[in-house]
Amino acid sequence: MNETKAPEAPRKLGAKAPRTRLSKLFDNRWAGLAGLLIALLAPFVNASNYALSIMTSAAIFAMLASGLNIVVGYTGLLDLGYAAFFAVGAYTSGVLATRFDLPLLVTVPAVIVVTVIAGIIIGAPTLRLRSDYLAIVTLGFGEIIRITANNLPVTGGPSGIYGIPSLTDSPVTFYYVTVVIVAVAIIGASRLGRSRLGRAMRFVREDEDAAEATGVHTYRVKLAAYIAGAVWGGLAGVLFAGHLSAISPNSFTFLQSALVLMAVVLGGMGSVPGVVLGAIVISLLPELLRGVADYRYFVFGVLLIIVMLVRPQGLWPARSKEALK
Amino acid sequence: MTQLVWNGLFVGSFYALVALGYSMVYGIIKLLNFAHGDLYMLGAFSGFAVLSALGGVATAMTLPVLLAVLLMTMVSTGLAGVVLERVAYRPLRGAPRLSLLITAVGASFAIEYGMRIVAGPDPQVYPVRLSGTAIEVFGAWFTLQQLVLIGVAVVLMVGLNLLVTRTREGRAMRAIALDPRTSSLMGIDVNAVISRTFFIGSALAGAAGVMAGAYYGKIDFLMGFLIGLKAFTAAVIGGIGNISGTMLGGLVLGLLESFGTYWLGGEWRDVFAFGVLILFLTVRPTGLLGERVTERV
Repeated sequence: MNETKAPEAPRKLGAKAPRTRLSKLFDNRWAGLAGLLIALLAPFVNASNYALSIMTSAAIFAMLASGLNIVVGYTGLLDLGYAAFFAVGAYTSGVLATRFDLPLLVTVPAVIVVTVIAGIIIGAPTLRLRSDYLAIVTLGFGEIIRITANNLPVTGGPSGIYGIPSLTDSPVTFYYVTVVIVAVAIIGASRLGRSRLGRAMRFVREDEDAAEATGVHTYRVKLAAYIAGAVWGGLAGVLFAGHLSAISPNSFTFLQSALVLMAVVLGGMGSVPGVVLGAIVISLLPELLRGVADYRYFVFGVLLIIVMLVRPQGLWPARSKEALK
Repeated sequence: MTQLVWNGLFVGSFYALVALGYSMVYGIIKLLNFAHGDLYMLGAFSGFAVLSALGGVATAMTLPVLLAVLLMTMVSTGLAGVVLERVAYRPLRGAPRLSLLITAVGASFAIEYGMRIVAGPDPQVYPVRLSGTAIEVFGAWFTLQQLVLIGVAVVLMVGLNLLVTRTREGRAMRAIALDPRTSSLMGIDVNAVISRTFFIGSALAGAAGVMAGAYYGKIDFLMGFLIGLKAFTAAVIGGIGNISGTMLGGLVLGLLESFGTYWLGGEWRDVFAFGVLILFLTVRPTGLLGERVTERV
């Protein structure tokens, strides 16, 4: 893995690594297709309800990570309350679907509208501030959403909402639908990263003042990244609600936000394939290591520190296309 | 009414004590020590360990023993803070701010769940409980023990203020806050001063942890999470990096919460507090007494 070892540890996030055969392989466009193929073929290996459920969760988690990657990876804004948008999406679709007897798909436009509003409410006042304030404010926002869901009668209080209709009848079809939606979301996030807006985001991350000086409207770019992250999280929330058919405030704690962040950091901030890999590792690892469940979060915490100290670019680092020219 | 004010001031003095460490570290190296709340938890648990090892404590001796334990805890938590800085933060000084924040989150996780491995997931009952008969003054009920706790908090805060404003050490801290490189040229050992700052800040958090444990009677490994957030809120309200501002912020937050709970009900207390935080950041991001901070290029 450590092909790209430089004499000095690269200090910049998303630093360039020398091009090696291994990294060329990872860079290949076929990598994403291969990942999709694996995801599509997996049910042929094991199609028990349990395995399908875990794989569906992993796919949803990958979507969350690709959304958070827009905020943390591309733009360099630390969001510690990402589960809030996940919750907003899940609750909006859950409440609408159960109160008005709507199919889940119909709630999607409402979910998008509500998450965009939530993104603006939290982003607009805080994105003008110092970047580290944002981290704590988003953390507070995550708690506000969770406690509000816990207290309101509309959201079912601590026991949450149950009986949410699923998108499909059988777990297998739901898995395939999820994989397709998640794949589209991941490709979308990746395209966004390569667009003009995505380049502006990375510029903001590398040097906000220089970006401002060259005419990038940094505040608007940050808000756009934040809203995009919110929408990705909200849509993942709809899938989550459809998958479990019951949601409660306990699913949206700080722990959830931290796990998504962990996936992004471990995989490589700003690198779409890395982040997806990180998400799959983080969500499947606990299933493989049942015996050491108690140590899991401790290990995650230590791992976060070690990654930042030793390999801040993550397992599968991002390399900018501009650098190759 | 008076009762609400009293409750607010009491809780507020805890917030202020924890917020001070946050604010000091932020003022000097511009790092949000995300794990600060967990040092508070660590303090509560190390006090718990010492008290349990002592066995039963006679009721008459509760306060003196508790004060001794308080001192021991402050030393141990302070050392934990120093180790944290050395291991997790110092190697990254000069790295992008995002990396530092992420390590801080990792450190917070590691401390919380490390404690969970050591002490178990269930809440522990503090072996010493500070509860006395209540006295009524101006329509507010409070106990002698509450007074003592507030007294300890005030002594610690005044001591800290003197340290920062009147001593050589404090002058070095303020110099580093202004410009670390020039300070090192002037013969200040920057790393050592930052270590000592972490020691003091963490020791204050540890003291608050023991006091909270003895007062509320129950501790668990996640107790630092919420108070860390509240302490940050208090620091922002008062003006982060400013010592008297932070103390004021703690008291203001305590009062706001006390009245907010009265108006809205206890289940909305935290929502109210964080709402106040967001409001403050929108309207007056520098806090009540803070100076304008510009992000350095």
